[in-house]
Order: sequence, then structure tokens, then C-alpha cells
Amino acid sequence: MPKRNNLWANIDWVTVLLFLALVFMGWLNIYAAVYNEHYQSIFDTTQRYGKQLIWIGAALTIGLIILLIDTNFYVFFSYIIYGFLLFLLILVLFIGKDINGARSWFAIGSFGFQPSEFMKFATALVLARYMSSYGFKIHNPKSLATIAAIIFTPVLFIFLQNDTGSALVYFSFVLVLYREGLSGVVLFFGTLVALLFVLALLVPSLILYSVLLAIALLAFFVVNTKLIQFTRVLGAYLISISVLFLLNFLMKKEYPLAEIVMAGVLLGSVIVLLVSWRNRIKNYSLIALVLLGSILFTLSVDYAFNNFLESHQQARINELLGIESDPLGAGYNVNQSKIAIGSGGAFGKGYLKGTQTKFNFVPEQSTDFIFCTVGEEWGFLGTSVVIGLFLFLLMRLIWLAERQRSSFSRIYGYSVAVILFFHFTVNIGMTIGLMPVIGIPLPFFSYGGSSLWSFTTLLFIFIRLDASRFDQL
Amino acid sequence: MDIYSKRRFVVYGVFAFVVLLFLIILFRLQILNSTYKQFATNNVLREVTQYPARGLIYDRNGKLLVYNKTAYDLLITPREVTAFDTTLFCNLLNISKENLKAGIKKATKYSPYKPSILIKQISPERFAVLKEQLYKFNGFHTQSRTLREYSTTAAAHALGYVGEVSGTDIKRDSYYKPGDYIGVSGIEKTYETQLRGTKGVKMNLVDVHNRVQGSYRNGEDDVPAKIGKNIVSTLDLNLQLYAENLFRNKRGSVVAIEPATGEVLVFVSAPTYDPGLLVGRVRGHNYSELLADTLMPLFNRALQAKYPPGSSFKPVNALIGLQVNAINRETRFACYGKASSPIRCTHNHGSPNDVVDAIRESCNPFLWNTFKSILGKYKTSAEGFNVWRKYVASFGIGQHLSSDFSNGLKGDLPTEKQYNKIYGRGHWNALTVRSLAIGQGELGVTPLQMANYGAVIANRGFYYTPHIVKEIENDTISSEFKTKREVPIDKKHFETVIIGMSQSVQRNLAATVKIPEIEMCGKTGTVQNNQGADHSVFVAFAPRENPKIALFVYVENGVWGSRYAAPMASLIVEKYLTDSISARRKWIEKKMLDANLLDPNQKK
Repeated sequence: MPKRNNLWANIDWVTVLLFLALVFMGWLNIYAAVYNEHYQSIFDTTQRYGKQLIWIGAALTIGLIILLIDTNFYVFFSYIIYGFLLFLLILVLFIGKDINGARSWFAIGSFGFQPSEFMKFATALVLARYMSSYGFKIHNPKSLATIAAIIFTPVLFIFLQNDTGSALVYFSFVLVLYREGLSGVVLFFGTLVALLFVLALLVPSLILYSVLLAIALLAFFVVNTKLIQFTRVLGAYLISISVLFLLNFLMKKEYPLAEIVMAGVLLGSVIVLLVSWRNRIKNYSLIALVLLGSILFTLSVDYAFNNFLESHQQARINELLGIESDPLGAGYNVNQSKIAIGSGGAFGKGYLKGTQTKFNFVPEQSTDFIFCTVGEEWGFLGTSVVIGLFLFLLMRLIWLAERQRSSFSRIYGYSVAVILFFHFTVNIGMTIGLMPVIGIPLPFFSYGGSSLWSFTTLLFIFIRLDASRFDQL
Repeated sequence: MDIYSKRRFVVYGVFAFVVLLFLIILFRLQILNSTYKQFATNNVLREVTQYPARGLIYDRNGKLLVYNKTAYDLLITPREVTAFDTTLFCNLLNISKENLKAGIKKATKYSPYKPSILIKQISPERFAVLKEQLYKFNGFHTQSRTLREYSTTAAAHALGYVGEVSGTDIKRDSYYKPGDYIGVSGIEKTYETQLRGTKGVKMNLVDVHNRVQGSYRNGEDDVPAKIGKNIVSTLDLNLQLYAENLFRNKRGSVVAIEPATGEVLVFVSAPTYDPGLLVGRVRGHNYSELLADTLMPLFNRALQAKYPPGSSFKPVNALIGLQVNAINRETRFACYGKASSPIRCTHNHGSPNDVVDAIRESCNPFLWNTFKSILGKYKTSAEGFNVWRKYVASFGIGQHLSSDFSNGLKGDLPTEKQYNKIYGRGHWNALTVRSLAIGQGELGVTPLQMANYGAVIANRGFYYTPHIVKEIENDTISSEFKTKREVPIDKKHFETVIIGMSQSVQRNLAATVKIPEIEMCGKTGTVQNNQGADHSVFVAFAPRENPKIALFVYVENGVWGSRYAAPMASLIVEKYLTDSISARRKWIEKKMLDANLLDPNQKK
């Protein structure tokens, strides 16, 4: 058993090393991204890599300070920190500086400070504090309401700042809630609704309906492996679709195939629902109901999108989802980003040899699109290593969280992991064209003081909590 | 341990799922799919075409005729353009705001990311001013091109002009890209491949704003442009200028050839134009103005004006008659002047005439009888006609001379078939086609062909295909031009005819055409013209022995061959052979220079 009072011995140095590795690699790639033959010194502080070095130095200092502060500080002051940052969040709306259409920065001289970045750890602290309080029951409506208030108050103000990306990060807390006992149904339906919303707008309806049907059929098959039952269900759907198809043909109507399939799936689901209800096959009714609901939901999303939204609102959502496929228009950034990563090949073009990033084809190449530089100059090898390091860090954090004795530390640890995970997923997903272009940084990698310090704070508070896990009863 | 601790595996699962998904996509993107590498190369490599300067053109004495000047194109990359002072911009370039707007719109439509030409061919003077201010306008840059420049206004039709390539040019030859220049007519067209040189390419690395960041692989893959080959023309610039000057206020053509080589010394089609008008930004405008001009300055009369040669054709018939023994040196035919039949004679002279007299006096009945005898010598008129036709064709008449003029007409030399079609087989004879005897009827000849015919007589029975290019730098001219083409008529018959041609000048035209101390031989002609005064023509060569120049002069509405064409020819010959006009002939020169034959109302 480690000594209780020896802080340094109890620190999880693996996490610290992972942190240092990511920060160092980030810095090297920022140098490559803005590399310019006129400013070759990597320590040149007029350039971004030089500045990043200063930010890194400051971040290490912040980390050290955090490690020296007593853990009780975070528990006791969590509400105060939260309140203070919320105040800044509101203040920034009035005296903040517009950058890229978002009013989320305080400009103090040449130095920028983004309160929404720091709000993340504050929210995590308060959430941990509230949920670890005595007698807390997650399914108590009052608790749920409080949790919602804790999470969505900052979200509201960040949305008002027009910083969608940062606001969406807070939805990742749902994973923490799930770990703490929130019904899996919420997670399932939450994910389903979000997924369907995006897919309804993104994927051609014929494919969407077919995929939904296929998934449902798989579910039917999995919950009841009796072939005869499954054949009946399959028959119900196929016959429904065929009959409608035939009717369309015979009556010389010209409904598109997608609508016929959709109507067929709806009809089939109703049949399956009625039959299984009567025969009390509960699983089947449930699946049929979910399928029915999913299709009706996508229909209503499409309908609402086309009928209730103004064209500029539609355009914004399209833009957010990356639907505009004009490679020189809205899709330009993603396309250039994919070209940069794809052109890296297996082993990359070599350090400082990337042409896509060096010649500014990739936008924001030192901040949101820093992963392109990794992909172009280090190839698949580099991207795998970076992704591997992130996976290692995330897994490690969950593992650390699970070994905490206090639920405060555990909840906070989970929060750290899911926030980092959300950033990781959205940022890299964006650069490879899997996610809509939402400008959020890649933790520890992207250029910028505010984001680096906030992630450092977020992580090091947990390292500190973990280091004193034995203090807790 | 709490009851939900197992849920950590779901979280692990979610993490692992996303990572796995990323790795699969990255594997596809980076390893399986190679197209992105190509995209990246396309992104950063810009091939910049290096335009070579066109070859220069000199006259036969080494005087520069055509050279190059630098002009600048202003290019726009619409996406890089930021707000700018349009008034200043328009003033600098001397364009209207509407033009600017339309130009930007067009460029944007072509591509917002690629540069396209906004304004072509800015003069160096304007460019110098523009260059100083260009930094104020983002998204604009310039490239230099060379344009043709002419040392004089002479020889526009021979030199031709350069224009932008057409769609068909690009289709025909992949060397050309839209916006390239190509020789459209004249020497520029015929010798396009030699003159144009070879375009080079420079590989540049560019950033997203198309700003050049340096050369690719230190220029290893660059191909430098090869300058076009210089060409020495056969033209004599001084003589050309003199001939063009003689033709002021007249329509017509002069082609002069050096008989011993087939080199074209003078090539005039009047009225002509300043070749400098068809260069640069003003070209399109000027071209349509020239095209609309009723005097048709763009019409190349030397190659494309086709008309019956009239009396100037008489030596041909005499030569054929002598060769096929239809007549001989002593044969005489009576002339009853205007009472002659079937062709009357308008020329006032004695009778009967031998062949020399007939050529000298341009006696129609003699040539008619000769022609009748030629056709009558054979079993049928048609057979006789075919023999006659073959001889005529050997002079280069009625066929393409395959010279280096790109658009010469073939002319008309009727065939047996044609006459059969008109009159029916066996239903025509010498009488039916008698106009041919005096160079009228279905004959159609261009000035170039007539000048070549003059050279044949000067050479006493052969010619070299007339050509306008003497030398090409590091290259040879076509062997076609070095091949002697024989006319199957004995030299002695030429000598006979030449006596007549010499007497025509020395005796009959002594007052205005005879050149002191130079024995010029010539034959006048009058081309009937239904639309106005007849055309005046004259074919000649000089001196009689060792001829240095053979030429054909054609003056529209000049009435008689002796009135304008012959004196003008004599002046050109005198100028060429003695470099000046003798004092006692100055009055002729003045009269020719002052004559204005453009006024359609004047009676001559």
C-alpha cells in the first residue's frame, strides 16, 4: 500500500506522461503547420509555435499549482468557481470580442481568454459535488431537474455566444449520468433521436428507411431466434412493401420508391405490432413500436425542416451537417482536410514537408484542423499513434475513475474522460469528414492558451483527486 | 463498489468503437485510396506556361520587317480580390466600370480560384503606371506576352497577321491552348510551326491563394521555352514600299519574281492596310472595320483575284503554236482590223503579220488563226484542245502553284469535259471556244500565276515555284522550291516570242514604258470589266538577257494595259535594277503616283 501522505508517489505518472506526450506532439505539429522559412526558430515567440511554448510553460505551472492545492478546495469551492465562471460567461456576452462570429472571448491586450473553456471543469466539479451529495437519487425528478439546470445553464449562455461547438460538449455528460445510474433507455433514446435527426437530413430517405428496417429485422432476429417467428415478421414487411409497390404500378401512380418503402415499413410495423400484441410477444411489439416511432420521427424532422424553418436557418443546419457538397463552397474545408490527411499515405510526407498545410490549403491548420498536419506529415502511422495515445489516456482515466473511493472523484473523473472524448471524437471526426465542421479544439494538441490551460486544469484536478484517493473514506 | 460499476464497460465500448471507426476510415483514406495524393499535387503544383518570342521576319536584304514587343495581360483571381478603389483602377486601365464589372463576373464564372485574363495586352507605357499601383489591388497580377510589331506598314498581305487560336485550331493541334496566338494568314500562317517556337513550362509551388511559393524540385522538371526561328523573306522591302506607293488610290496587284530562283520580290495587293492595326487590344475592332471597308483591303488580290488574262496571254498561244508546228517563224496571217472575223482587231497595225509582229501589235486575228491551227492539227478539236490545255497547264495556270502562300486560288483552265457539258460532245470546236485565243473566255488566272508565267518566259521555258521565304534559321526551306519545273516548249520559240515582247516595249510603248539602257520585254493586256472601266494588266521581265525580275501588274479600272499597268511595271523594274528613276521618266512616276482610280464616277 502506497504511503498516504506522499503526494508525488501517489500521482498517476502514466497519465502525466500521456499528457506531456500529447502536448509535445501538438507543439511539434503546430510548428509544422505554420512553418515558414522566414521564421525558422522554433522558439520564435512572434510565431504561433513560439507562443504555444509559452502557453505550455504556463500550463505546466498551472498543473503544478493544482497539484499543490488541497483536494478539499475543489469540493468546497466548486459552487463558487461555477458561479464565478457563469458570471464571466454572461459578462463576455456584453464586453466580449467577436472572433469568427462567436462572442466568447475576453480580449486583454493581445491575450485572449475564453470563459466557456474553463466552464467545463467548473461544471464537472459542481456535477460531481451535487451527485456525490448524501442521499442523492438520480431518478428523483428534483435531482434530474437540478442536474439539467447545472448542465444546461452554461449551455444556454454558450449558445447565446454563438459558439455551438463548445455548447455541444456539455451533452457528453449524459455518459457520466449513465454511469451513475441514469436509465440506459435514456441513453439509447437520446442517441437514437440525435442520430435520427442528423440522418433524416443527411441520408437519402430510401437508404435511411432500408437501414432502419434492416436494423429492426436484426433486432427481431436477436431477441427471438425461432426461425418461424422471424420468417413471419420478415414476411409481414416484405408483403406490405410488395403490395404497395404493385398497387402503385397497377394504379399508375408515380410515388417514388422511397415513399413506397416507407409506407410499407409503416404498414408492416403496424401489422407486427398488432399481431405480437395479441400474442403477447412483448419484445416484438417493442421493436415494432420503436421502428414505427423512428420513421415517424424522421418524417417529422424532414417536414419541420422544410416547412417551419426559414431558408437561412436551413442553410445553417445544412452547413453544420456539412450537407452542402460543393467542394469549393461550404465543403471546401473538409475536402482540403481530407486531401491533406489522405495524401499522407502510410508513413507521411515527412516532418515539415506537408504541402497542404504549409501552403494554407487547410483552414485553421494550427487550431481545429491540427490533425491534418499529423495525417499529412506522419501518415497513417502518425494518426494511429495519436489516436492510440488518446484511447490510452481515455481508458486510463476511466480506469482511474473506477478506483476512486469517493463518488465525487469518480464522477469528476468520468466527466474529464467524456469531455476529452467528445472533443477527440468531434475534432478528428470533422477532419476526416465524418462529423460536421464544428469548431472545437483537439485537446492538448490545438494551438491556443485558453483551451490548453482549461484541459490542463480539467485533467490535473483529477490527477490531484486521484493522488489523494486514500484520504477519502 | 456500486451496482452501476459494470457500466464502465459500456463506456469503454463507446470509446473503442469510435477509435476503431476512426482507424478504419483513416486506413481507407490514407492507405487504400491514392486519389488524395493526386489531389494534393494538383493543389500545390501550378504549371506556368512560358511563352516564347515569335521568330523575327527579315526582308531579303536583312532589313527587319516583323519583330516583337512586350505587352502585359492583367489577370484576376476573383476569390482573392478585396474591396478596392474601382475609380482609380478604371482610370489606370482606361476602362469603364461596366466593363470591369462584366469582366469580373466572367472571370468568377470561369473559376473563383483560378486566375483568368481580365484585360489583355496592356501597353508597356500603361503597364509601367499600373505596376506602381498594383499593390493596392489584391487578387490581380500580370503576365507578359509578346505581340507583333512592324517596322513599316509594308507587305501586310504577304506577312499576314497573328490572332488568337480558334476552337478548331485547338482541336486540330493539341499544342494550342485557349488564349494562345497563331498565325492566321500569310507567312505567319504558313511558317507558324517555325515562327512560334516551343512553349515551355515552369512548375511552381503555390499556396492556397495561388501565390507562388517557389519552384518545384528546384526547377528540375521545368522546360524552358524555345524562341521561334527567324525567317528571311524573299521580299525586297524598298521595292515593296515603292510598289505599294505607286498603288496608292488604286486597286490592283503586283507580283514580282526573281526568275532564276522563283523568289517573290514584291507582293502587293492594293489597297493594303497597316499590319500594325491587327495587333493587340485594337485588333478585333480594326478587323471588323477593315472587313466592312468597301475597298476590301483584307482581300488578297495577288492570290485571290481571278480574271481572264486578256492579251497578256497571247504569248502563250504563240508559243504553243510554234511548238506544235501549227505555225512557224514565217507564218503570216492577214488582219482586217475591225473587220476581222471571227475576232476583230482593235489594234491599229499593218498586215499581214508574222508571229513577232502579232505579239508586238497584239493582233487578235493572228492569235485566232494560230489557236484554230493548233486545235485543227489533231483528229478532233477536243484532242487538239487537250494538247493545248496541257501546254497551258505547264505554265502553272489553272492549278495550285504549291507555293508557300496558304490561300492561293487555283484559277480556271477549262477542260474538255466542261465544254462537252456545255455544248455536247463533238459539238464544239476552235470557233466555239475562240475567246481562249486572246486570253478571254473561261480562263481565270491570279496575279501570282501571271507573274510566274512571266518568269517562265524570262527563263525561256522553266520556273521555280514562287515562294516568299528565302531562309529559315537552323532549318531549310522546302525542296519544292529548289525543283526546276520545265515547260515542254523549245527555247528558240521563247526567243521568237521575246523579240515581239521586246519590240512591244521598245517600239510601241517607248514613250512611257521603255526604260533607258534596260531592255524590258512585256505584253500588255486589257481585261474586260462589265461593272466599270476595263482593267489594265501587264506582264514583263527585264533585262532581256539574264533577267533579274519578272512581274505582273494588274490595275483595276486602268482601262488599257499601256495606260497604267505597263508604266507602273516599268517604274518598278527601273527602280529594282538601277535603284532610281531616271530624270526624264520622273514625270511618268509622278503621273502614276497621282492617278486616282478609286473614284467610281470618273471617266477615263
